[in-house]
Amino acid sequence: MKMTKIVRTTADVFYPFCLVFGLYVVMHGHLTPGGGFQGGAVMATGAALLLVAHAYEDITGRLRKTAMKILEAIGLMMFLFAGLSGLLFERPFMGNWMAFTGKWFSHPVAHGPNPGDLNTAGLLPLLNIGVGIEVLGGLTIILLYMLSGIHAEKKP
Amino acid sequence: MTPFLLLQALILLGLIITGALVVAFKDLLAAAIAFAAFSLLLAIEFYILQAPDVAIAEAGIGAGLTTAIFIIAIRGTKRFEEKE
Repeated sequence: MKMTKIVRTTADVFYPFCLVFGLYVVMHGHLTPGGGFQGGAVMATGAALLLVAHAYEDITGRLRKTAMKILEAIGLMMFLFAGLSGLLFERPFMGNWMAFTGKWFSHPVAHGPNPGDLNTAGLLPLLNIGVGIEVLGGLTIILLYMLSGIHAEKKP
Repeated sequence: MTPFLLLQALILLGLIITGALVVAFKDLLAAAIAFAAFSLLLAIEFYILQAPDVAIAEAGIGAGLTTAIFIIAIRGTKRFEEKE
């Protein structure tokens, strides 16, 4: 069962914008409101839009269960290893060893009102990206399994 | 201050109306859409109360994903509530 052509085309047009806005919320998680969970939820909303608009047979080519499982595993591993990486640099678990080193995400934060520098906060953007990938995979796979269960039930 | 109070009063009125509509509708698809409108108004209210973080989460989860889950569930069952 799929919806009308207007709904399907709107969902197709809207999907990349949802993904880009979700990535924006994830990437600016340490500067503006939002963060990993909120950005991942926005991205998963785009996937939910596609799932509601299209029939299940048409969507399996674009949103695969195995890809979403792999995304979920990658996000969790990224969060865990980003936390554990502090142990290599004589810091505790989740120790922010990346700040003030002069490499990625390590500029010192300016004092007073400023437009915001993306290259700050050390480990926190990595944790935000990990959580964003994890939430996108997890929430999309819930919807995919619900839809595939209904599809399998109605088939015979 | 006054325009914000007026906006808040309108939004709270809208919350009550949409909440009553969710219960009143016999068409479950219409009830799901009314619930999405309820979540969107709640997100705006969170934003006015200076909690933009909660507002993004509410708009993403409440208005987006929950509605999708309800619509998928309605697809698998019946659209209209049965009379007792």
